[in-house]
Amino acid sequence: MTMANENKDNPTIEKKGFNAWLNKRLPIDEFVNSQLIGYFAPKNFNFWYFFGALALLVFVIQILSGIFLTMNYKPGELTAFDSVEYIMREIEWGWLIRYMHSTGASFFFIVIYMHMFRALMYGSYRGPRELLWIIGMLLYLGLMAEAFMGYVLPWGNMSYWGAQVIVNLFGTIPVIGGGLVEWIRGDYGIADATLNRFFALHVIAVPFALAFLILLHIVALRQTGSNNPDGIEIKANLNNRGNPLDGIPFHPYYTVKDLFGVGIFLLFFCGVIFFVPTFGGLFLEKPNFEPANPLSTPEHIAPVWYFTPFYAMLRAVPDQQMGALLMTLAIVAFFFLPWLDRSPVKSMRYKGWISRTFLGFFVVSFIALGYFGMMPADGLYVILARIFTTLYFAYFILMPWYTRVEKTKPLPERVSYDA
Amino acid sequence: MSDNLYNSAEEVDNDRRKFLTTATAATGAVGVVFTLTPFIASWKPSERARAMGAPVEIDLSKLEPGQMMTATWRKQPIYIVRRTPELLAGLAKHDAELKDPKSEKSDQPDYTRNAMRAIKPEVLVLIGTCTHLGCLPKQHFEPGEAQLGADWPGGFFCPCHGSRFDLAGRVFNGSPASVNLGIPPHSFASDTKLIIGLDAASTTQGVV
Repeated sequence: MTMANENKDNPTIEKKGFNAWLNKRLPIDEFVNSQLIGYFAPKNFNFWYFFGALALLVFVIQILSGIFLTMNYKPGELTAFDSVEYIMREIEWGWLIRYMHSTGASFFFIVIYMHMFRALMYGSYRGPRELLWIIGMLLYLGLMAEAFMGYVLPWGNMSYWGAQVIVNLFGTIPVIGGGLVEWIRGDYGIADATLNRFFALHVIAVPFALAFLILLHIVALRQTGSNNPDGIEIKANLNNRGNPLDGIPFHPYYTVKDLFGVGIFLLFFCGVIFFVPTFGGLFLEKPNFEPANPLSTPEHIAPVWYFTPFYAMLRAVPDQQMGALLMTLAIVAFFFLPWLDRSPVKSMRYKGWISRTFLGFFVVSFIALGYFGMMPADGLYVILARIFTTLYFAYFILMPWYTRVEKTKPLPERVSYDA
Repeated sequence: MSDNLYNSAEEVDNDRRKFLTTATAATGAVGVVFTLTPFIASWKPSERARAMGAPVEIDLSKLEPGQMMTATWRKQPIYIVRRTPELLAGLAKHDAELKDPKSEKSDQPDYTRNAMRAIKPEVLVLIGTCTHLGCLPKQHFEPGEAQLGADWPGGFFCPCHGSRFDLAGRVFNGSPASVNLGIPPHSFASDTKLIIGLDAASTTQGVV
């Protein structure tokens, strides 16, 4: 670290041979020094701070496995389902590549939900990180679009009917809805044209957008620096070289720590791929092993687990327009968090019991709604879904009130950690 | 404006420069909008998709009273039911339980905007996709079916989100769907020949 910093402070230091030739043309050392070694992250990161790096890992897994899937997948209403079966049964290791991709989709959401929960818990969305949070939410929206379109591609019966239900949601928009739905589908129903354009968006347009947003997310993070479990700014206490006293260089400390996290993550990831790739119908639903049939609805249409909390809200409202609106608001509400939270402190460690209770209710509601979204829209489930939808929204709507009135604990000067 | 690093104030007409820059940018923006048009329009149904959406002929001679058949028009399932006089008589009895008994908000040709929602009262033609989110409502014509309660008058039930419709495709209170099932444009070429997608009065093809 000392050596590196001297390098940075003292650019005239002599480099020799190829390294000198290279760095004169491409500033590799400068990049490493400023972005990895010279980037100071809080030294009190805990378990919850693995998930940013893991999200990046899953993104790479999805891109790589996806590239290999496109080599044998054939979009088109007559070829799509068969080509997926062909990959599963006749391509060497095709089943592994396909299960990597389908399991990767679910793990992407697990990782992202953990990453988002971390932000809710430690107030990472608060100023000066509002834009970092908003870029992250845009990534979440992009990921939802990517996952939805990806799920349509195998052209199973759940693919077809899922697409039908989701695309029809746009039809609830007043005035333009009907035309918009026809424009999205490119036909009078979910058809070949729809499948082909979803393929194009899924393999090119959305991944590009995601990659660009990930870059912005990291650049914004480098600008503000990471938050930490104490929710205090480490930049407030600097040493005589201008580096945060409570920070340590991202490389090698956190690169090595994240690599350990990657190892543990891959244990779980491979465990699912090898032993329970469909995860009992949660990661790959049973009706999707039948080809799409426009004249037969699956017994219960339910999206994959990561969308079911919102789906439960949609079904909880006895009016389609209001249901779609409520579901949209459930996602839009996240964007306003930086301005809804009026607490003098960021982290749950120093917030009062009301904030903790509401966050707890929020998490329970999200999980409960996720369960109800998978169940049939029967009497009791609908009533419970309404109750938990109310709790979900209470977390956001009442936040300006409860974060102001509750008694918070005094903030420490410096971060706390067990060494 | 006076602090121009490159030119002294006398040489540059800054207002003129600002106007020209804005005008150029605005022209460019208009060009971008025009360029976008073909790409956006390419997402509309193609000529082939539109041709495939032409009217279809259905032979009704084998459809017995009380039975339903399903045809396909424009990728949509079309339900055709031959209603019995008893079923028709039952339709008037539950207006109070319907969201829109007179079908004022629903999507249908004017010639079916009547009590039975049909050209010929016994032949019901519906678009078989739930107006909620497009699942297929299933036929439950038997009144008082166990699953749907003793007061069930017979009709359609959507298994996805639980919308209920009567035998004229009208939605019951308490359903997530808020409008009645749609009716496609249709006409009768003869007593047993139904044409879906073509109005009797005009030669125009269906609704757009």
